[in-house]
Amino acid sequence: MTPTLTIFLILSAALFCIGLLAALSRRHAIFILIGIDLMLAAANVNFVAFWRFSPEPAQPTGVIVAIFSIAIAAAEAAVGLALVIAVYRHYRTTNVDKLNQLKG
Amino acid sequence: MSAAAFIVIAIFTLAGAIAAATMPRLIHAALSLVLAFIGIAAFYFLLGAEFVGLVQIFVYVGAVAVLIVFTILLTRRGQEDTRGFSWGGVVVAIAVFCGLVWAILHTRVSDAAPQIDPLTVKRIGEVLMTNYVWPLQCVGLLLTAALIGALILVAEEKR
Repeated sequence: MTPTLTIFLILSAALFCIGLLAALSRRHAIFILIGIDLMLAAANVNFVAFWRFSPEPAQPTGVIVAIFSIAIAAAEAAVGLALVIAVYRHYRTTNVDKLNQLKG
Repeated sequence: MSAAAFIVIAIFTLAGAIAAATMPRLIHAALSLVLAFIGIAAFYFLLGAEFVGLVQIFVYVGAVAVLIVFTILLTRRGQEDTRGFSWGGVVVAIAVFCGLVWAILHTRVSDAAPQIDPLTVKRIGEVLMTNYVWPLQCVGLLLTAALIGALILVAEEKR
């Protein structure tokens, strides 16, 4: 038995939900970024799996989209971590529950 | 694609991801994240997209993981206990997972993988430089903007 598209989709859904869990339930800003990165990577697995099981694999659209998506994830991580450092300089904490100054 | 390799890589990746999401220490979570990313790169190799797997290792393991470790290093001083963990997130994640699995199992997809010629880097380069040249330029612009933005964000403020 070889892995089918359904199994790849379920696996990437599991990865996405683990990323969602990290982004929603942790209170540390870096954990939230880790969760977002995991979710993006899970979406990339979907792109490549759909390309591999598509009727026309000679057209590498899914692979190209995955490459672009990885580049955008790199930009996201750089800006996100820079934001974490900037926030840490101002508030001396990276706990997102403590950053509540905009609350009315 | 062999089933044994798939199962081994799947267990490896999911274990790394779960460890990254639930480890109490931040540095352990960052290193587990590297494991999960290497597992995802192995999936790309298994699916026949070797170039994407290599890009994944270069960008995620080489750049993003090092960035995360450096940020942990730079934001460590005076760190109070940030081990808060809310169970609402667990409930939402499990609900989303059940919804996604339900949708996947109720969708008819073609499960037969067609035979393909190996996707060479030459072919990817040709497609990137012809059909996708404008998206490529946009990504270059985005990366430049992100680089400048990150530098401005972390630059020391003038007194």
